[in-house]
Amino acid sequence: MTAPVLENLKLDAEGFMTDPSQWTKEIAMEIARQEGIETLTDAHWNIIEFCRKVGQQSGKAPTLRQITEGAGVSTKELFALFPKGPAKKVAKISGLGKPEGCV
Amino acid sequence: MKTLLILGAGTGGTMAANRMAARLDPREWRIVVVDKDQNHYYQPGFLFLPFGVYRPSDVVKPKRKLLPSRVEVIFSDVEWIEPEKNKVSLANGASIQYDYLIVATGCDIAPEETPGMTDRWHENVFDFYTFEGACKLFAFFEKFQGGRVVLNVAEMPIKCPVAPLEFMFLADWYFTQRGIRNKVELTYATPLPGAFTKPTCSIMLAKVLERKNIHIIPEFNLMEVDNDKQVIRSYDEIEVPYDVFVTIPVNKGAEVMKRSGMGDSLNYIPTDKHTLQSEKFPNVFVIGDAGNVPASKAGSVAHFMLDILEANLLSHIQGEPMRARFDGHANCFIETGFDQAVLIDFNYEVEPLPGTFPLPGLGPFTLLGESRINHWGKLAFKWIYWNMLLRGIEIPLVHSHMSMRGKQSIPAKSVLSSAD
Repeated sequence: MTAPVLENLKLDAEGFMTDPSQWTKEIAMEIARQEGIETLTDAHWNIIEFCRKVGQQSGKAPTLRQITEGAGVSTKELFALFPKGPAKKVAKISGLGKPEGCV
Repeated sequence: MKTLLILGAGTGGTMAANRMAARLDPREWRIVVVDKDQNHYYQPGFLFLPFGVYRPSDVVKPKRKLLPSRVEVIFSDVEWIEPEKNKVSLANGASIQYDYLIVATGCDIAPEETPGMTDRWHENVFDFYTFEGACKLFAFFEKFQGGRVVLNVAEMPIKCPVAPLEFMFLADWYFTQRGIRNKVELTYATPLPGAFTKPTCSIMLAKVLERKNIHIIPEFNLMEVDNDKQVIRSYDEIEVPYDVFVTIPVNKGAEVMKRSGMGDSLNYIPTDKHTLQSEKFPNVFVIGDAGNVPASKAGSVAHFMLDILEANLLSHIQGEPMRARFDGHANCFIETGFDQAVLIDFNYEVEPLPGTFPLPGLGPFTLLGESRINHWGKLAFKWIYWNMLLRGIEIPLVHSHMSMRGKQSIPAKSVLSSAD
């Protein structure tokens, strides 16, 4: 079942958005829910905004290290905010492709 | 007289030196290679050392003998690179001006990045990505009478993403041969969502792991090694107990890249993934795992890069547009133990698919399936490496660009059933 806000979204086989311009905050909140994050707090948004900025500049999702170094958050905090694979999860929520570290 | 400087004489640097020595006119070009180590290691052989399949002498040769006589070789650390000035300063005090630079400084393990990892280093915590680590693990395993063997990849990307799996498959074989397999528990904890980086291949390899009774813990992101409790702990506080911990630590590019402001957060040089030119400096090219291109950090990838690097470097020297494009081609034999191996062939866009290689229908190698011929291919590769690959000689029927010939374009689901 697709939530109404996610209809007509262009996604790749692994569920990453392929057109970052389709992204809205509502979409982010819905994808986050599907990834098991019920509410996005300011701490979440801080990281999402950082990733959006990197995505716009480089066309790529940042790696875990780029996030911890650039957004001023420890790896431990990052895992608490986005459990399991934070780099992948935050890329998905931010409407970016899969981080290229995963090869 | 112009100078081509090559930093690093591992797999990529040696191949590049041999190839460019055959292409650049010796009356116009001087070729200089700098490396800190006089020994060349056959790194794919490290995997076999802990299990006694290879002996140390199988995997070492002097570097000088693998490079052509016209190449000037300097054994020294590199202190500093100043790409704006086309200048490299060496630890031995000398400095070199270059016209073109090929960076082939590779990547290495950085166990100090993980808290606790080096506490009992090479006592009950081992790596097998270095000659020393692989040799010490051989000595340890010889006396090992059973217990929990835990293998972990600390963080991606790593050199040779299939080696951890091969290590587990060979460990299963080795302990079976010694008659103590029932006393050894094999666990593989990986940050990946499954056995491998590419989905179809991951499903196939998960089946092999299951058949061999090797436990896999996916999405395990290593935070620390706690050697008092003998556990590894993830960022989400999952603990995995071990008797011996085999680690693939964080991999990083050379420190000199950081010192020189040329590397990213893991010291890899930002590199155009198609032209192999540095993103910042037009007269700097990057081969192998020193760069950040999103391909496997493996010798086969460096080999396939060579043709592209050669063509683009020559074009650039002549002031022509660079037309050769690297497609991310990788080709890896995955040793699965008991004289069997799997072969995978893939690139940036196409994940490993089943089929035959290099000839459609004829093979002789089987793609994405186990066979004995694949295992022979893996062992024969050592000869090919020393005698052809390093010398920049093309391997018949195997091309730089990945070919779809012999591959079946079938979805992951049907591979699942055919691998049963």
